[in-house]
Amino acid sequence: MSNPPDVVTGDTEAPDVTERSEAVDRPSESERERRRVHSVWVTGTEAPVDSGDFTSEGAQEMLADEAGAVLAAQRGTLVSDDYLVDVDASEDETQIINMGPQHPSTHGVLRLQLELDGETIRRVKPIIGYLHTGMERTAEVLTFMQGPTNVTRMDYLSPFHNELCFSLAVERLLGIDVPPRASAIRVLMTELNRVASHLLWFATQGMDIGALSMMIYGWREREAVLAFFEAVTGLRMNHNYIRPGGVAADLPDGWEDDVSGILEQIPKGLADYEDLLTANPVFLERTQGVGVITPAECLAYGVTGPVARASGVDYDVRKAFPYSGIEQYEFDVPLGRHGDVYDRYLVRLGETRQALRIVRQVLETMPPGDYRSEDRKVTPPPRARIDQSMEALIHHFKLFTEGFKVPAGETYQAVESARGELGMYLVSNGGAKPWRLHVRGPSFANLQAVPAMLTDSLIADLVSALASVDPVMGDVDR
Amino acid sequence: MTGPLAVLAERFPELEFGTVHGDHVVRVERERLAEVTAAAREAGFEMFVDLCAVDYLRRPEGRFEVVVNLVSIEEPQRIRILSALPGSDPTAPSITGVYPGANFYEREAYDLFGIEFEGHPDLTRILLPDDWVGHPLRKDTPVGSVPVQFKHPDEDTT
Repeated sequence: MSNPPDVVTGDTEAPDVTERSEAVDRPSESERERRRVHSVWVTGTEAPVDSGDFTSEGAQEMLADEAGAVLAAQRGTLVSDDYLVDVDASEDETQIINMGPQHPSTHGVLRLQLELDGETIRRVKPIIGYLHTGMERTAEVLTFMQGPTNVTRMDYLSPFHNELCFSLAVERLLGIDVPPRASAIRVLMTELNRVASHLLWFATQGMDIGALSMMIYGWREREAVLAFFEAVTGLRMNHNYIRPGGVAADLPDGWEDDVSGILEQIPKGLADYEDLLTANPVFLERTQGVGVITPAECLAYGVTGPVARASGVDYDVRKAFPYSGIEQYEFDVPLGRHGDVYDRYLVRLGETRQALRIVRQVLETMPPGDYRSEDRKVTPPPRARIDQSMEALIHHFKLFTEGFKVPAGETYQAVESARGELGMYLVSNGGAKPWRLHVRGPSFANLQAVPAMLTDSLIADLVSALASVDPVMGDVDR
Repeated sequence: MTGPLAVLAERFPELEFGTVHGDHVVRVERERLAEVTAAAREAGFEMFVDLCAVDYLRRPEGRFEVVVNLVSIEEPQRIRILSALPGSDPTAPSITGVYPGANFYEREAYDLFGIEFEGHPDLTRILLPDDWVGHPLRKDTPVGSVPVQFKHPDEDTT
């Protein structure tokens, strides 16, 4: 059984599973694209970089060399709108099939309109909106204090990232800083959330292509993380824990033991998954060379997160635009080079280990102090103070009735959620409620690239490719 | 200013590049939105991130605003390109020719705000049903003004 180099320890003795056999047939275009993209595992120590085929410089630099070709490709055939299915204009031999919105493999209520030529997909059109509940408008009628309860329900598999993004945006407009302990707790929770989200992805991706045991194993390990979330926030999802000014409550007694337990259990689970999947011939057949997307397409469509990094786009918001002091922790950004489903699997595997690496550092360096800002205009006073101080009572009352006012202005704040760049554009007019909250959900942009992945592929690959994008419809439709 | 931002600022000396809460922003007239966006891409903002609309209702310089967010990966930088549109004629040039990824975002802005993007290949509703009337994120649409669709079980014809 061969394993990929261990990203956490930098162990590169194991053979590189990303060296593909010649039997895997891929179009020459993706072959060329592949060579423009650099090494798979950024270990930080011994990156297996082959100077002949791959350069150690960033993928973007290489793209810049061929800027003309990329531009032409994007304006020409590579990225075009001819995936839009026009029923009347379709040829006689093709047939139009609707997949979803009630199909179990569409991960919620997504509808794909497919134009099929036998088994081959000619065109794909994603049709969304089935889960649209007007959450951006709802945000305008909730105060900034109540905001996290709304946004946490958007991407329900990484709720902490939603809360963090909203809180950071509000704090930027307020111009306040949160205590170091609050930032460390935020990093701890969001990185554990990344682990939980990726574990669920392993489960569903495995199930979607027939590895039914993965379904059970993924949920099993995720349960450990969710139990910790429940111990900290009281809820398994939709936590409303990260709020403007800090977090809702300090970590419970004994949290170190819980996190240590997670750090012990999850890597064992990941090793099991690798035994099951990484060199499994059926899994390789269903994932290698499937759903390929090039770096140029990723950039043009705004594809971010593990999908873009599996194509070699070296973009991680945590590295490019650090937030919550995440730059003080050591972690690497795993990159793929083939841009197919298999590399997305490897990248998520690496990211899970890197997230655990950050969690371990947070566990070791958790600073003491306040878990939320002491600015009483923003965060409520401790319960005991309300019995003693009239001022505290007034602050408490004002905060929970009309909320706090945020100076007029607008800001765009982004965090790296489990699916990519989660951005929020927050506009305040000086009141206690947002004037406008626009959410840039990573799934929305990633889903837009699905036609580019699937055109001219077999319909059997559709489920595998779609699952690899990891769309969360709550995030797409909002 | 350094990197792609400096290149862009040099290309358009007449535009005012400012900073709001640490974000780099530039305001352009709507006629120049596609031109400046294309220039930003050539300057090095290779990734399209976001496009959204805001309804400011009674703002003198224009009721609506189209907001484009771009990222340069090589030298991590963001730029926000804003363009005001009058409430009487909310049209803007489409930037799908520059970044195909703007497709869904422009459809969303059209759906929720009624902003027409000229040159968009398929400007249809994306989140709401095709037969929906109105644009619900406009500030003159009151919250709760749409009756909830409800049918009593007894009235079921079957």
